[in-house]
Amino acid sequence: MPEETTDHARPVVDTAHGPRTGDVIATPAARLGVLARAWDSDIAFSFRRSPVTIVSAAVALVMILAAVLAPWITPQDPFDAASLNMMDGFTPPGEPNAFTGNVYMFGTDPQGRDMYSAVLHGARVSLVVGLASVAFSLTVGVTLGLVAGYLGGRTEAVIMRVADVQLSFPAILIALLVFGIARGVIPPAQQEQATLFVLIFAIGISNWAQYARTVRATTLVEKSKVYVDAARLIGLKPFVVMVKHVLPNVTGPVLVIATINLALAIIEEATLSFLGAGMPPTQPSLGTLIRSGQQFLFSGEWWILFFPALALVLLALSINLLGDWLRDALNPKLR
Amino acid sequence: MIAYILRSLAQGVLVLLVVAFIAFSMFRFVGDPVANMVGQEASLQDRQELRERLGLERPFPMQFVIFIGNAVQGDFGISYRQARPVSDLMRERLPATLELAMLSALFATVAGVGLGVYAAIRRDGFLANTVMTVSLVGVSLPTFLIGIGLIYIFAVELRWLPSFGRGQTVAIGWWTTGLLTESGLKSLVLPVLTLGFFQLTLIMRLVRSEMLEVMRADFIRFARARGIPERTIEFRHALRNTLIPVVTIAGLQLGSIIAFAIVTETVFQWPGLGSLFVQAVQFADVPVMAAYLVFVATVFVIMNLLVDITYVVLDPRLRGGRTLAK
Amino acid sequence: MTDTVLSVRDLRVEFHTRRGVLKAIDGVSFDIAKGEVLGVVGESGAGKSVTGSAVIGLIDPPGRIAGGEILLSGQRIDNLPPEQMRKVRGKRIGMIFQDPLTSLNPLYRISEQLIETITTHTDLSPSQARTRAIELLAEVGIPAPDRRIDSYPHEFSGGMRQRVVIALALCAEPELIIADEPTTALDVSVQAQIITLLKRLGREHGTAIMLVTHDMGVIAETADRVAVMYAGRVAEIGPVHDVVRNPLHPYAEGLMGAIPTLAGEEARLVQIPGSMPRLTRIPPGCAFNPRCGYRFGRCTVDRPDPLPWRGHKVACHLYDPASGPHFLGEGRTLAAAEKHEEATA
Repeated sequence: MPEETTDHARPVVDTAHGPRTGDVIATPAARLGVLARAWDSDIAFSFRRSPVTIVSAAVALVMILAAVLAPWITPQDPFDAASLNMMDGFTPPGEPNAFTGNVYMFGTDPQGRDMYSAVLHGARVSLVVGLASVAFSLTVGVTLGLVAGYLGGRTEAVIMRVADVQLSFPAILIALLVFGIARGVIPPAQQEQATLFVLIFAIGISNWAQYARTVRATTLVEKSKVYVDAARLIGLKPFVVMVKHVLPNVTGPVLVIATINLALAIIEEATLSFLGAGMPPTQPSLGTLIRSGQQFLFSGEWWILFFPALALVLLALSINLLGDWLRDALNPKLR
Repeated sequence: MIAYILRSLAQGVLVLLVVAFIAFSMFRFVGDPVANMVGQEASLQDRQELRERLGLERPFPMQFVIFIGNAVQGDFGISYRQARPVSDLMRERLPATLELAMLSALFATVAGVGLGVYAAIRRDGFLANTVMTVSLVGVSLPTFLIGIGLIYIFAVELRWLPSFGRGQTVAIGWWTTGLLTESGLKSLVLPVLTLGFFQLTLIMRLVRSEMLEVMRADFIRFARARGIPERTIEFRHALRNTLIPVVTIAGLQLGSIIAFAIVTETVFQWPGLGSLFVQAVQFADVPVMAAYLVFVATVFVIMNLLVDITYVVLDPRLRGGRTLAK
Repeated sequence: MTDTVLSVRDLRVEFHTRRGVLKAIDGVSFDIAKGEVLGVVGESGAGKSVTGSAVIGLIDPPGRIAGGEILLSGQRIDNLPPEQMRKVRGKRIGMIFQDPLTSLNPLYRISEQLIETITTHTDLSPSQARTRAIELLAEVGIPAPDRRIDSYPHEFSGGMRQRVVIALALCAEPELIIADEPTTALDVSVQAQIITLLKRLGREHGTAIMLVTHDMGVIAETADRVAVMYAGRVAEIGPVHDVVRNPLHPYAEGLMGAIPTLAGEEARLVQIPGSMPRLTRIPPGCAFNPRCGYRFGRCTVDRPDPLPWRGHKVACHLYDPASGPHFLGEGRTLAAAEKHEEATA
């Protein structure tokens, strides 16, 4: 209907009724295919409109890349004791060392470890724990949410009740408990190698409940739809059919939860390590570095603490801001 | 109304039972409790006595009953690491944690509600936006870094406030308080700010979004159409409706402030339950861990009950039964 | 007209959205006299409710009044400063919303809400205001008002709540009441009572009423005159019985044809083909032209102005002598125009 009227009528519209920006944006995109449509989508629009989000994305990207490439872009392997020179210890950032004349951008710690290398390697450990634990809680949460929503009855009651109770305790407490139990169960000789996995498990298990809640809610909606009955009638497994319908519907919310959770998991790991219930000093994460840097705060060697702390805050903040933006973009009503 | 509160009480007891069961399982299955509690040199007879006192000879369900019986009386066995009754350790450290937690909760609630209301009313104002941005940064800042930052500014650089410990305390019976001495009060400032900050940002954001939601409600529009002044609408109509959901979530958050104190206490070497728990975790001191878990759960259940009661006070719709009968 | 209470002149309301400027109201004019009930009908999105919001000065951002004038008893109110406009609301203009369930604050007794409104607009003391509130409740037909006044909103039924809402709108004896779909959320049996009440109050107090609804039945029963809105414009305005029985505008004709009647059972219900355009893409010329059975060349180019015709005002080129052979002269009807269209096509 607009097609047949627009052509000869356009001049009238423009003069009599002012500009119509809607047309200007919508028309070229419709002709340019998928990429252009993605560019024109509401999400991309809100991304372009938010400088904070663009900066966050850039910061997160740079930090993640630096962490991934750490072994290739850092001058030393900070945890290979042979490569360290005690003479280089306590070098302030950017200044030449009094004995060796070496210059370190972020300074060095008492053992002469280059803080720049230590921070990148530490961020690598933090990210590994963060990503793995998010993947873990996502898998557990989505599965339990689906099962609870689909089966209903007592199974649902038990799962959701546990989720409720768990949500009311801080994740850090649960993670600490799990860590403590692991300390009591795993023989002392294997504890150090096991720490990474214990942390992933402890953080992951403390964060599954939110996913389960969201997925269960969507599952309940989908379950009552006719196609589930239809699937049963034609002999398909209704659960499988339903999962195929539920998953696309929860992608958005789950993605938002996962992004914000990644920031939280990184903070949680750092906190655990800071409390001494995390990565050992031989394989430090950002939290471990902060823990060991804390003692030098009073004696003036601020950089040993500052750079790991800065890296941690930038990483967590940029991911958090991205998650925040994603939530608003996917659900404009919340704003 | 009575039924409503009873139901909430029953749920609380259920939660406590579940948590107690977890605590009991930890106690029973993580390591050998008897070997851990008595030293290497203990006689067989000592061991047997302890086994009996802990009820380890009885059938499993019976053991759980005994565990609960002991727990109700405050008996959680003996700390593996310090070889002293857990209940003694907890009681020594309880006042430090409670004082810290309550002051933090007060700070977080007052400042959080105030700032949240402000941010909602001045929705697009410069200051409101600044507050919101700072709060977002605050959420991303790990608590321990806030603590370290505050220590660096106020203890290391400015030398205004102490960086660790409770300062001088006064004993009142078995309770020790830092509220009555200058050094005690000074020592509280930084930990309270640190512990309260996260809850503050949370409550503030919650109040803001709830209030914005309420401001879109029909009855607010109708109040405007009746010509009620904007101030009255904001503070009389919107705020009270905002507070109902806020009370629930904020109440539960404050319940967990005790558990959040773990980190703050470690940063400030605060002699409370949290630092006791962290030490217990590092050394797999299961009785202390179990006792702490049950303690946190109890606080949570009590807060939950208080929240439910507040709810009834705030919302006439829940008081329905009484007024309808009239 | 000396006793004109509300006069809206060429009102335009725009919403600036990301996808362009949405013209919710585009050049709407009408008057309401003292004691008169003007019904405003149209589909959802036709601009009925926005017109009401504009009059009472409660358009939510990003909407704004982009042009025109609103006069209340001769005084211009669309450009009043916010604080003065607030004093007009509730005192000189009362408003009734669609849903009585959500119009009242659930946490306050209705006495508190009534007294608050009365003391805001009058010099009465709280105890005098309470007496006045009880009178008001009695007037809107709440039984035992002196006892019921201290109840909470949830203790009333839907119909009773709407009576309370009406009482709240009447607190300061306003000159004008805007009722925005006042019966839509109510049971059918209660609707009639509320309509009767509104009519009675309007008559007794000489209040002008702007009744916004999509329900032609309610309009036919209550209104003195009716304005048919389409895509943010007034298509036709005239005495209610005339417009219902003998609509002039093709859209009004379609709208009336869509009302089921008991008498004319053989006449089938007419459906208007297509749907109202999105407000960001209102076609040029007459907004109704893509759906109109009588469209001719001029309709897609010139926007029709409302012209007086047999006691109505109609925005349709069919009633404009300048339309030449398409002009419906005296005695010619739309049906005749249709034949003419077929013949010339």
